[in-house]
Amino acid sequence: MEDEFVNANSHEEEHQLSYRFLGLILGALVFMTALTVGVSYIDWGFLNVPIALFVASSKATLVLLFFMHIKYEGLVIKVSFISTMLFLAVMISFTFWDVAFR
Amino acid sequence: MEKGIDKTGVRIGMWIFLYSEIILFGGLFVLYAVYFHTFPEEFAEGGKELDRIIGAANTLVLLISSFTVAASITAIQRSKKSHAIGFLLFSIGCGFVFLINKYFEWGTKFHHDLYPNSDTLLDSAPGINIFFGLYYTITGLHGLHVIIGMVLLSISLVLVLRNKVTDQRYAMLENSGLYWHLVDLIWIFVFPLFYLVL
Repeated sequence: MEDEFVNANSHEEEHQLSYRFLGLILGALVFMTALTVGVSYIDWGFLNVPIALFVASSKATLVLLFFMHIKYEGLVIKVSFISTMLFLAVMISFTFWDVAFR
Repeated sequence: MEKGIDKTGVRIGMWIFLYSEIILFGGLFVLYAVYFHTFPEEFAEGGKELDRIIGAANTLVLLISSFTVAASITAIQRSKKSHAIGFLLFSIGCGFVFLINKYFEWGTKFHHDLYPNSDTLLDSAPGINIFFGLYYTITGLHGLHVIIGMVLLSISLVLVLRNKVTDQRYAMLENSGLYWHLVDLIWIFVFPLFYLVL
């Protein structure tokens, strides 16, 4: 009985990321940080904010998927996370809807 | 039988807490966005007061510490206790470096008479005052999270040292790690919004 339990649990925690893989993710994150700082010295006009936010979102995606293991989680965490993001999007867009047309 | 732990359930609980943190900072970002929309020139002017090199250095410190926290979980899974301890000590050290940088950064601002309710800010355009108000609120709240994250990592470190966190049971380390990554995640957005907006 106890053996079964250990097996069931060890099956659940199988996703082990190698140091090498984690290091590659870190490399990508550092590269994108350098990119966003470098790009910020140039004035892109109204594109300044979209560029900065696009790079930030890409970095956040890497952290969430691999450092925070969302890629390897079950449906409950994936769906609830996406719902939170949708709620955040509603919060931001509805506020702007109000502010922009006031 | 009584040792059966719902590991997924433990993580779901942590994630639900993290969602509330995301909404908390999300609300502050909405506030930032709306005022940025109202005072674009003042926000750009305020942003130039911030040193993007220090900001970038702090970003690197948090990214590297996030990597070492993730690596400490791999080390625990492989039963490499000493590696995990090293990674955790390094991560906590990164937290200290971040806070020391922040201390000097805020100190310089105070020196230039840029702090809430300072004469310079009260006499300047409203947008500038709002920019620095948001700067202190958001980076201050984030700094508080860095301190909490360091406490959680330290508790995990003690538990690893006492063999309470092992390759069979490491939920505490995993959840502290998730919290630390969240701190990193928030900074990923704070950095461009405050330091890089021209």
